[in-house]
Amino acid sequence: MSRSGLIEQERFTCAIGALQTVVAIPRAVPILHSGPGCGEMIAGFFERSTGYAGGCTSPCTNFTEKEVVFGGINRLRDIIKNTYKVLDTDLQVVLTGCTAGIVGDDVDSVVSEFAEEGKPIVSVETAGFKATNFEAHSLVVNAIIDQYVSGFEEENKPKSQKNTVNLIASIPYQDPFWKGNLAEYKRLLAGIGLKANVLFGPQSGGVKEWQSIPTALFNILVSPWYGKPIADHLKSKYGQEYTWFHHIPIGANQTEAFLNQVVEFAIEQGADIDKEAAQEFIRHESNAYYEEIDNLATFLLEFRYGLPNHAHILHDAGYVVALSKFLLHEVGIVPKEQFITDATPEKFHEAIRADLKSTSDKKEIPLYFEPDAGKAQEILRGIHHNGRGLIIGSGWDKELANEKGYDFLSAAIPSPYRLVMTTNYAGFTGGLRVIEDIYQMVLSTYA
Amino acid sequence: MSKINLSLPEVQIREIRINSITGYQGDAEELVEARELGLKDKERSFSQCLGCATSKAACMTVLIQDGAVISHGPVGCASCLHEFAFTYRVNYPLRGIERPTPRRIFSTNLKEKDTVYGGNIKLANTIREVYERTKANAIFVLTTCAAGIIGDDVESVCNEAEEELGIPVVAIFCEGFRSKVWTTGFDAAYHGIARKLIQKPRARRDDMINVINFWGSDVFAEWFAPFGAKPNYITPFSTVNGLKYASEAAATVQACSTLGSYLGAVLEQDFGVPEIPAAPPYGIAQTDRWFRALGKILGKEEIAEKIIAEKKKEYLPKIEALREKLAGKKAYVTAGAAHGHALLDVLGELGMKAVGAAIFHHDPIYDSGREENDQLAQRVADYGNVFNYNVCNKQEFELVNALNRIRPDVLLARHGGMTLWGAKLGIPSLLIGDEHYSMGYEGLVNYGERLLEVIENDEFVKNLEKHAINPYTKWWFEQPPYYFLKGGAGK
Repeated sequence: MSRSGLIEQERFTCAIGALQTVVAIPRAVPILHSGPGCGEMIAGFFERSTGYAGGCTSPCTNFTEKEVVFGGINRLRDIIKNTYKVLDTDLQVVLTGCTAGIVGDDVDSVVSEFAEEGKPIVSVETAGFKATNFEAHSLVVNAIIDQYVSGFEEENKPKSQKNTVNLIASIPYQDPFWKGNLAEYKRLLAGIGLKANVLFGPQSGGVKEWQSIPTALFNILVSPWYGKPIADHLKSKYGQEYTWFHHIPIGANQTEAFLNQVVEFAIEQGADIDKEAAQEFIRHESNAYYEEIDNLATFLLEFRYGLPNHAHILHDAGYVVALSKFLLHEVGIVPKEQFITDATPEKFHEAIRADLKSTSDKKEIPLYFEPDAGKAQEILRGIHHNGRGLIIGSGWDKELANEKGYDFLSAAIPSPYRLVMTTNYAGFTGGLRVIEDIYQMVLSTYA
Repeated sequence: MSKINLSLPEVQIREIRINSITGYQGDAEELVEARELGLKDKERSFSQCLGCATSKAACMTVLIQDGAVISHGPVGCASCLHEFAFTYRVNYPLRGIERPTPRRIFSTNLKEKDTVYGGNIKLANTIREVYERTKANAIFVLTTCAAGIIGDDVESVCNEAEEELGIPVVAIFCEGFRSKVWTTGFDAAYHGIARKLIQKPRARRDDMINVINFWGSDVFAEWFAPFGAKPNYITPFSTVNGLKYASEAAATVQACSTLGSYLGAVLEQDFGVPEIPAAPPYGIAQTDRWFRALGKILGKEEIAEKIIAEKKKEYLPKIEALREKLAGKKAYVTAGAAHGHALLDVLGELGMKAVGAAIFHHDPIYDSGREENDQLAQRVADYGNVFNYNVCNKQEFELVNALNRIRPDVLLARHGGMTLWGAKLGIPSLLIGDEHYSMGYEGLVNYGERLLEVIENDEFVKNLEKHAINPYTKWWFEQPPYYFLKGGAGK
């Protein structure tokens, strides 16, 4: 950490960035009770992220001096009222910015006026100084559960669907591969006999799926730390236990471990799982994966013109740990100094270090928790290893890679240098895609 | 009566300083005439996400080659600034920069406890640390809503740091809530730069002309060469030293008066650099006037006449050929104020019909106080009135509604996010990021050719239209676009 607490080259944003959590729910709309620039800042951070009614479409009170002095409650009431006239949406989530937070507007009471009329509306406090968007993602989801989902409990009895689970994994838009990852998790979980509510993106069932959250028998948390408050909340609210996989399963080793863990847990929880069939599915997926690796191995071993032999990753904790494991064991690229840039709360550091340490009993992988990515770059600038290096990070790291003469793969946000639509990095196919991306980039450096 | 006062830390906001407005519905001529009567702004009872001054101040400081920028606020208030690092990377070759430098963008990362105890110490420590890390030749501190409301004394912290570090530490007051006109952010940046960087001239140079612009291509070098002068582009891609001596230039020209209104006036009133009394050169008539005004200020009128004659000889036939192909095509414009007027000029010159405009705000008169700089007035005089002229404050719902009604042959946009709705409605849509692209006689050819290409190749938008996702209600499309504007039925 820098002495002053400053952050250079931020790789995450403030709490109101979790408006993207709302944008990722089909036909939901974020309503901002904030200064005029908040929406633009968030849209610019995530880029190509407007969804159904995000970006310039999202209603906003656009605080002026008048609202700062006299409060903005009446303006908010007008904006919400007229949102119903102008936009056709299934769920409205009011998010507050710093201005509303500091002047102390009573947003909850305005929102409850509409909720009492039966409107599907939720409010959540997301003043930028209160939390990061990694943390606020959980605040938004839990607010929707408490203020919206809870209204449908009558017809969605807790744990009434034996083979249904809620998946808490990628944070929409903050994980650039969220759409693809969620789709792949859903497909894999279906393969072992579970119907997963993925809650976000086109593979989710929109608000109907959210209403059915209580019916899940148990929950799956795939994350080193973010999203955990959601799993904890559902556990206390609906008695749903959860199984926790601490990093993103990328490639065969980790995806097999993930699916086996879920199968065991599901059986323990009383789900109706055909264990034989589930294992057969995992075997089949794994075989298809290794057919590719087998075919590729000659290239990895023999390509005589040079391939990267070591890597540095600047990413959130889930990707840093996952990619380190994957690169070492399944690609043959040695993970060197790694940088977690997601402002992981202190209390999770030890567990994450232990998870990374378990990657190898032969090798020590130095790990830095450094939300100040400019500082991380400064450290990396002073590090040298023999051989061809690879940096996996955000667009900011492309310049550093150029400077060091390293290869560069854009896999974190913000990144103006790469488009991601439905690509997944999670799962067996995700691992193959990482390999494709790395060597596509390496090969493109020739001729 | 000038409203410029460099002895004060904060710039006066645009709506007070030059009576700018963000809501209007009518036609262009009325709006121009209302300048004399005084305009009253109108509020909306529905609004969507805008943009704020802080990112506008950022784009005029982040691209200064040897500076560093600190956003004093929560981390979110700097989160779109990485886009300017990309802009720098993409456009530095256009300015012939041989050794590009990394953009240095920081946030003081204000937390909840800072909103209670104040962020002054955090800011002071951040400035020190940023200097150690970057050895920048100047540090710019941008304020945010949170820092503004909790009442941090940013000016004093910056002054103390400046003394300690021996480099300019420039406080720029650009809190989002302060002004409804986000272009106040440009003014705020320029105000800080003028107070802390620009020096009194040592001498007057007749070989340098300031160009206040964004990051467009270098068209001015060729234009100024016959006058024996070179452009000094400010402020993107300039250096701290280049800015210091902008005060010595022979004249200042603007690429966009919305952008440079304040800095042009400051350079003239406080540093003696005359701003040329002509709106930027878009359209033939205005390009003629612009070159003549430039020639006059430089005392080289005959050179201006020569350039005009040569350029016209070369480009008029091409423009005429384009006019034949574009005649009668209907176009709609959405853009920030002055560049929107510029596009309306271009349309007029190319013989197209401007069927409406959604312009983000309106400045009735620029800081120079000169009517010759009023580009909308000039557009109306040169090419006639523009009906369906809305000042829309970048409100997408109004644009969508108007476009759906008017259904032009082409939509011209200047700002990101605004072309989407043209395309969704199957209307060929064009956004040109380079503000110099349509300038001058040659610009009409450039832009005309692009317009033809866009109108001709409409397959993509026609396909998109069939599958477009629309969050707007049927009811909304049936209302007039200014329904929620004060005076409208829904207010």
